[in-house]
Amino acid sequence: MEKELRLMKGNEAVAEAAIRAGVDGYFGYPITPQTEIIEYLMEANPAETTGMIVLQAESEVAAINMVYGGAACGKRVMTSSSSPGISLKQEGISYIAGAELPCLIVNVVRGGPGLGTIQPAQSDYFQSTKGGGHGDYHLIVLAPASVQEMADFVDLSFELAFKYRNPVLMLSDGAIGQMMEKVYLSPHKERSKTVPEWATTGKPPTRQRNIITSLDLDPNRQEVFNNKLLAKYDEIREKEVRYEEFQCEDAEYLLVAYGTSARVCQKTVQIAREQGIKAGLLRPITLFPFPTKRIKELAGKVKGMLSVEMSAGQMVEDVLLAVNGKVPVYHFGRMGGIVTTPEEVVESLKSKFIGG
Amino acid sequence: MVQVTGIKEIIKPENLVYKKTDVMTRNILSYCPGCGHGTAHRILAEVIDEEGLQSEAIGVSPVGCSVFLYYYLDIDWQEAAHGRAPAVATAIKRLLPDKFVFTYQGDGDLAAIGTAETIHACNRGENILIIFINNGIYGMTGGQMAPTTLPGMKSSTSPYGRDVKTMGNPLKITDIVASLPGSYYVTRQSVHTASNVKKTKKAIRKAVQYQKLNKGTCLVEIVSNCPSGWKMTPVQSNKWMEENMFPYYPLGDLKTPVE
Repeated sequence: MEKELRLMKGNEAVAEAAIRAGVDGYFGYPITPQTEIIEYLMEANPAETTGMIVLQAESEVAAINMVYGGAACGKRVMTSSSSPGISLKQEGISYIAGAELPCLIVNVVRGGPGLGTIQPAQSDYFQSTKGGGHGDYHLIVLAPASVQEMADFVDLSFELAFKYRNPVLMLSDGAIGQMMEKVYLSPHKERSKTVPEWATTGKPPTRQRNIITSLDLDPNRQEVFNNKLLAKYDEIREKEVRYEEFQCEDAEYLLVAYGTSARVCQKTVQIAREQGIKAGLLRPITLFPFPTKRIKELAGKVKGMLSVEMSAGQMVEDVLLAVNGKVPVYHFGRMGGIVTTPEEVVESLKSKFIGG
Repeated sequence: MVQVTGIKEIIKPENLVYKKTDVMTRNILSYCPGCGHGTAHRILAEVIDEEGLQSEAIGVSPVGCSVFLYYYLDIDWQEAAHGRAPAVATAIKRLLPDKFVFTYQGDGDLAAIGTAETIHACNRGENILIIFINNGIYGMTGGQMAPTTLPGMKSSTSPYGRDVKTMGNPLKITDIVASLPGSYYVTRQSVHTASNVKKTKKAIRKAVQYQKLNKGTCLVEIVSNCPSGWKMTPVQSNKWMEENMFPYYPLGDLKTPVE
């Protein structure tokens, strides 16, 4: 079936894509700049068409625990929020990771810390990729750079979440969530009728009872479980790295940027090349797993790297680890909800690597 | 000469008047001697068994002494974060509306950290059953003050007794739930005597049957004892409960369906 072309905000695209992907349940709470997701779903009222449940919870805390309950039934369930709300969800996300439940969490990031601002930022990178809640765990983190990717990554998220029994975080930002672009929407998919064997759906006499928990008081068994998680994360690192390269073939200077910053940096590459500076861009699409291997390879080919983020410098630490001292690595970023301009990045590139 | 009867001679069909409910597993209960949890578990298991709900039931266990409830009842279980069971149960019931979904929570879980989840699940009238064990103390962590600890009652975090001026008053959350339009059947019971066990079983059976009507949340509070936390023998604790807990948390129905 043909894809449908629409002009939509990123937030609306996520909502529409969720309905079309056959998501079973959405549980959310309003917070700027992502509220259009729940508004769109409530207006679309998919309970009448696909049977998808949409519920406005009393808090982000309740919403993520509803996701836990739904995911533990083997259903395709999701929530969305923005930075302060995502902080509130961290307890639940840790439990979901600990119980190995598949689900999608969308973070349309705004500036922080605290209440911060409602404008776009990329300052939740550490929280997203290094754990976020308590305990040793990782989310699979997808970073869309367009409205199209916000739509496409819904289905991809569930595919990965169920493949690895692991929560997936879509790390967007206020710019992509709010801006309108054309988007090709996939045709409607039936809601899945498959019940995973671990799901709690009521115990028939033919099987043992299913227990969804993240608790084990026996240190030896808990460590075995921790190691099982680590093996899973290693497999994800091995198989699921996604990135995009833009004019890297002959690049002398590599920009590393995701999401909105990657859009800005495409223009930066163009301007820099017009000025005779051979710049290239590597855009990580998965932030966990991070394209460490590829960045390491490129470190052997370029003179330096610049991590461009709308933050005080978070992803730059992963770039530094990948490069391991081979070439200089710097960070450039704006904060407080300010979107970096391509010209600023060019200036930063020049001042850090070329001088003047 | 006295004939000593062997155990094998006692185990005869005609002597089997009481047995383990099929829904109870063979796992050994982790509770202190004299604790009411075991009795409450047994009643719940019997009702699930007798109502034929073993394959329909999905339970949500709390954080607290009954965190390992999933060891004891042979049904599907989800273990929720502290206080979040009603939110977890909400999603289960919304996504699997034909199943019997219940939570089992203590006073710290349900009436302190989980107050918002409790009130809002009941206010939405989620078609779930909440079983609420109120023993006025945090048992699992070793006897700290709970939202339901009585005025003047000693605990490890109110060692001179609960001073309501600085520590607040005991919360009658069941009364609040009964006042919400979303709740359908709300009752307060106990399991410390044989006749109370019968009444509680009747209440849980009623709640389970009401649940099938999809008319709102049912909540069964069980005022219970905590011999270890209260630093009493089981017998003393039951007497203390009758003399001190029941006047503050009187037993009986708080809300019954209008027939």
